[in-house]
Amino acid sequence: MENRRIGGHYSHRYDAELEEVVNRVLAMGGLVESQLSNALQAFIDGDSPVAQEVTENDTRVNTFEVTIDERCVEILARRQPAAMDLRLIVAVIKTITDLERIGDLAASIARMALRQAQGDRPRKQTFRDIETMGNRVIKMLGDALDAFARMDAAAAVTVVRQDFAIDSDHEAIMRQNVTYMMEDPRNISRMLDVTHATRALERVGDHARNMCEYTIYLVKGRDVRHIDLSEMEAIVEEKAGQGTEGTDL
Amino acid sequence: MSQRNPAATSLNASLFEGTSRQVRSLADEKIAITVEGLDLYYGDDQALKGISMKIPERRVTAFIGPSGCGKSTLLRCFNRMNDLVDSCRIEGAINLHGDNIYGRGTDVAELRRRVGMVFQKPNPFPKSIYENVAYGLRLQGVKNKRLLDEVVERSIKAVGLWDEVKDRLQSNAFGLSGGQQQRLVIARAIAIEPEVILLDEPTSALDPISTAKIEELMEELKEKYTILIVTHNMQQAARVSDYTAYMYLGELIEYADTMHLFTNPGQKATEDYITGRYG
Repeated sequence: MENRRIGGHYSHRYDAELEEVVNRVLAMGGLVESQLSNALQAFIDGDSPVAQEVTENDTRVNTFEVTIDERCVEILARRQPAAMDLRLIVAVIKTITDLERIGDLAASIARMALRQAQGDRPRKQTFRDIETMGNRVIKMLGDALDAFARMDAAAAVTVVRQDFAIDSDHEAIMRQNVTYMMEDPRNISRMLDVTHATRALERVGDHARNMCEYTIYLVKGRDVRHIDLSEMEAIVEEKAGQGTEGTDL
Repeated sequence: MSQRNPAATSLNASLFEGTSRQVRSLADEKIAITVEGLDLYYGDDQALKGISMKIPERRVTAFIGPSGCGKSTLLRCFNRMNDLVDSCRIEGAINLHGDNIYGRGTDVAELRRRVGMVFQKPNPFPKSIYENVAYGLRLQGVKNKRLLDEVVERSIKAVGLWDEVKDRLQSNAFGLSGGQQQRLVIARAIAIEPEVILLDEPTSALDPISTAKIEELMEELKEKYTILIVTHNMQQAARVSDYTAYMYLGELIEYADTMHLFTNPGQKATEDYITGRYG
């Protein structure tokens, strides 16, 4: 992938090193996306072989994290990146931490799928709701990775907005689960797994939001963590270079 | 802002001053030097184009930019070193604590006492270590031995050289290493209590350890003096300076808080330069 924002250094090797790091992050992102989608499908369909595969693949995600970190440290030591290059490395180091956590959550959903496959299955309606929520989460993750790949701060903000729908899905499913558990205490153990899976999906949404915040930092040079969405939008809409004092200061 | 930064509330809060580093602004600084519409010509060539900037007191201000961008030329304007170049013509004004240094009746010798300068290559005089540092005071007519001793010791201590030379103050300064010579030259500059110290590539001829010592010294010296440094080493500018000015083809392109300039420059030209890209 040729990225204009990354290239253009006097040192072509430096261009190539940064390209490689970004490409690895996207490859890791692709793997995590498929892990999540497979885990969700395994949970819904009660498909043990797929769930098993997801748990085994988690080490690949971890390996990606470790090797990308290594590359980043090497670039910091050798190149002493500045400005956008520095922000790219910082954003990458943080993004892959969130990606790795998403990988862990996918593996944990897969483990619950394995458990569910052995016992009684919860009702269909529960799965329909989880599927709806899961698809939203998978889309959000994909969009967050796209925003990073295109280094598009405006797109990143719209992805952040998707997290609200996920949070409300989460609340709705939780309320339902509590009702089922109260209806019949025998439901409790399997509904607990559903609760955990739902919680895991909700966490994935939070991690995807974090990734978007790093993308905004990368593009705009502004730290948008722990602020309201409206403030975040205002920052992203600012013209480039604002906040920098000009020569007239 | 509804910042919920954990550093503010955690037990480790004392490790961090406040929640986040504020971008420095010249509006909050005392200003030592004001440059207004400065144009400089070497014959028909214009080397500086309409430079206007305020340089804060007791801060390190770094000038970066590719060779020939005018950063050294600008630095030399601050103590009128360019007067020595015949074809050089200057328009505009530079005020040092309110005095226009290009005004009529400026005593250039007095100006150079107020604005000391250190060059790329250490240039001690062919005299003893002691006499090098005492030179400025002797020039001013100070004869009191005790006062001279005092100032020499204080100045050499201020540059962290005392322990290395106290037993050989009467030896020739050329016997010192390059790094020691450069610190001696800085001691010579501060012996006469200047207001401003100009450093023109002060470490480009030094090894990394001597460089680190000079950089450390700058940190200490800025408590008393206003420091301006021209450097080709961008990492050095990032390490030592509070403000950084990026110059290109005789123009001041961007001038901002150093941290800000190196992490999030406002101008594409600055970004290209500090990240090593062709513009």
